[in-house]
Amino acid sequence: MTISVYEGLDVAKIKKKKNSGKLLTGAEIILKALCEEGVEVIFGYPGGAVLPLYDALFKQNNIRHILVRHEQGAVHAAEGYARSTGKVGVVLVTSGPGATNAVTGLTDALMDSIPIVCLSGQVPTHMIGNDAFQEADTVGITRPCTKHNYLVKDAANISQVIHEAFYVARSGRPGPVLVDLPKDIQINKAAYGGKPKLVHKSYRPQVKGDSAAIAEAVEMLANAKRPIIYAGGGIINSGPKASKLLGEFLKLTGFPCTQTLMALGCYPTDGKLSLGMLGMHGTLEANLAMHGCDVMIAVGARFDDRITGRVADFAPGSKKIHIDIDSSSFNKSIAVDLTIQGDCGNVLADLIKQWKAKKAKSNAKALKSWWKTIDGWRARNSLSYEKSDTIIKPQYALERLRELTRGRDTYFTTEVGQHQMWAAQFLSFDKPNHWMTSGGLGTMGYGLPAAMGTQVAHPKSLVVDIAGEASFMMNMQEFSTLMQYRLPVKAFILNNQCMGMVRQWQELMHGGRYSESYMKSLPDFVKLAEAFGAVGLRATKPSEVDDLIKEMIAVDCAVIADVRVDPTENCFPMIPSGAAHNEMLLGPADKAKGKGTEEGMVLV
Amino acid sequence: MAAKKGQKEVEQVEQRIIAVLVDNEPGVLARVIGLFSGRGYNIESLTVSEVDSVENISRITVVASGTPMVLEQIKAQFDRLVPVHKVSDLTEDGPCVARELALIKVKGTGEKRVEALRIADIFRSRVVDSTIKSFVFEMTGTSDKIDAFIELMEPLGLVDACRTGIVAIARGPKPL
Ligand SMILES: Cc1ncc(C[n+]2csc(CCOP(=O)(O)OP(=O)(O)O)c2C)c(N)n1
Ligand SMILES: [Mg+2]
Repeated sequence: MTISVYEGLDVAKIKKKKNSGKLLTGAEIILKALCEEGVEVIFGYPGGAVLPLYDALFKQNNIRHILVRHEQGAVHAAEGYARSTGKVGVVLVTSGPGATNAVTGLTDALMDSIPIVCLSGQVPTHMIGNDAFQEADTVGITRPCTKHNYLVKDAANISQVIHEAFYVARSGRPGPVLVDLPKDIQINKAAYGGKPKLVHKSYRPQVKGDSAAIAEAVEMLANAKRPIIYAGGGIINSGPKASKLLGEFLKLTGFPCTQTLMALGCYPTDGKLSLGMLGMHGTLEANLAMHGCDVMIAVGARFDDRITGRVADFAPGSKKIHIDIDSSSFNKSIAVDLTIQGDCGNVLADLIKQWKAKKAKSNAKALKSWWKTIDGWRARNSLSYEKSDTIIKPQYALERLRELTRGRDTYFTTEVGQHQMWAAQFLSFDKPNHWMTSGGLGTMGYGLPAAMGTQVAHPKSLVVDIAGEASFMMNMQEFSTLMQYRLPVKAFILNNQCMGMVRQWQELMHGGRYSESYMKSLPDFVKLAEAFGAVGLRATKPSEVDDLIKEMIAVDCAVIADVRVDPTENCFPMIPSGAAHNEMLLGPADKAKGKGTEEGMVLV
Repeated sequence: MAAKKGQKEVEQVEQRIIAVLVDNEPGVLARVIGLFSGRGYNIESLTVSEVDSVENISRITVVASGTPMVLEQIKAQFDRLVPVHKVSDLTEDGPCVARELALIKVKGTGEKRVEALRIADIFRSRVVDSTIKSFVFEMTGTSDKIDAFIELMEPLGLVDACRTGIVAIARGPKPL
């Protein structure tokens, strides 16, 4: 490999605007720019390198600051805020440890395409590179875990950079953007440049789909005998209109639709045309319909390995259409036949327009027999589980939660593990932006702070974090934040007293050797709640579940609900790593098949 | 963009020359290199230099190898970098001229020294430094030609060779 470099000089392109109005400090410019971007709330944590910014925050009343207890919590809170509102979430952290603590959250937001702007303090420009106190190469560390990042070296550039950061975070495929702000830059004075009106010089994502390609898609779909719509998180990112359009297209065609973990809510999961979630813990009907389809249309989905299972046997013999705003999602792991680059909402609108204009019709006869096959799979009721009168089954607890929250404007977040998959399977989703979960990165500790950010955005709504006891403990310090701001988030812990998902894999694939998946001396979660000044509730028998849920909803305060569930329950159906969609394990009886292949053993 | 793709890719490793116009800003090279290392792509060579000092644009030439699916990925990944203006596959988009510059140091006296000079002349290489015991040859050409020249210098006292990696431009009047 040969590399030769000539990077040229770092010439600041924006000349200082002299005499153009009042000079402000960098910190004041930052806040002014945030206001102009419509920012109402910042999740942050102070430190030496951001004191000028905190001082400027103190002197104003437009932007609210939520003081978290850990910077990771700040980023997840901003993610919850962003995902539940469609706005950009804003984070403020100090240099060094403040920035490194934010890395997990930034990576999470990158994987799940959540728009975040993270402002980080930095040592003053003249000390950069000297291993100064609390110096870290923040742009270097966060380069691979942000969509883009900036180091501001001149106060005159601040307003331009902040506005650009918001533009980049929300445009195209959304993602986290970090702006590193040396302390001297926050103090130095410059004129506020205002929001630039020009289009970005290089980043201009394609949002409108190619109409010839859409015409071709109409043709392929109208001729399909066994069609399926594979809906992904891009539909949520595109905004509520895209979900509406998806519903319209489904109604128009009568096609079956399956949703990824990130897409839940884009179409009612209880709806007639919904097959529920697909993938590793998806329903039998969703996975077999994917396996047996002849034409698939992926809308804002990325053929993730949790979805495809063994790539070589993914939907064999099918024609695939892929709509995505990010061309790097095309043909990454699965070769497709037709790609349409554009925003899901835009493309769906054009698809409907062309479908109607061409008077296209689905193949009614073929579709009828396809639905008959699907209904056969549905009748197997792959989400059924063994009921019990003596021990709380986690699925039962979630079914009760679903029923007792029906008709309310409820937002659900989750941690990561079995409880997350059960929540996806057993809750019902009928609106976009009401389901916040860490899909791509699978970050334990995401759910509680995400619920906090969601509650900040929707103070009147019910916000529930479906948690595992192990995940809960990863960011439970944020309960203190919940109390400070009177945020009545409910942590609904499905306490199986072990890292259930780890234990499940050890049971299925490692001969039941439960290496380090049990924690001794778990806290008493009821007392823990009380220590925070919150309300603690516990249920140990199925007969106590309804009362617990009702009380949890009724109290106007943050709650930790310790729901003691069956510690041996496994999450089914399951496609073992490295297996294909038609090789699902449907329940404990299929356990023997769980070991899967040797290639499967290396996969996560 | 709308593209069609056969279901069965021919999984053959190919080499492509990709030209990329980027904002000449700090860190842009780290972004590009991070992309290749982070995603496990193979780079054969990479060169970068400013080409427009008014607009502050640099041009990167990458020679990458991989299956057609991976090469498409590489281009798409370039395209989503925020400071990238344009990505062009010079190998795929038609004929291009690709050249490399090399400086080659050869040490020797007597017959070997004369022979080195003679071969350099045949290869149209210029002498840019000379002592009584050594030459530094400058040479531009295709990578193959430089390979061949270096190989011939091996027995004649080759000391060092350094190469720029490929720069390339499309033939014909059109800009990138
Ligand atoms: C930060 C982090 N560390 C480790 C893991 C690996 N992991 C996935 S699920 C899981 C266990 C989760 O246990 P719990 O929160 O109790 O949920 P359960 O599976 O029991 O419902 C672990 C350790 C992870 N996803 N995230
Ligand atoms: Mg657990």
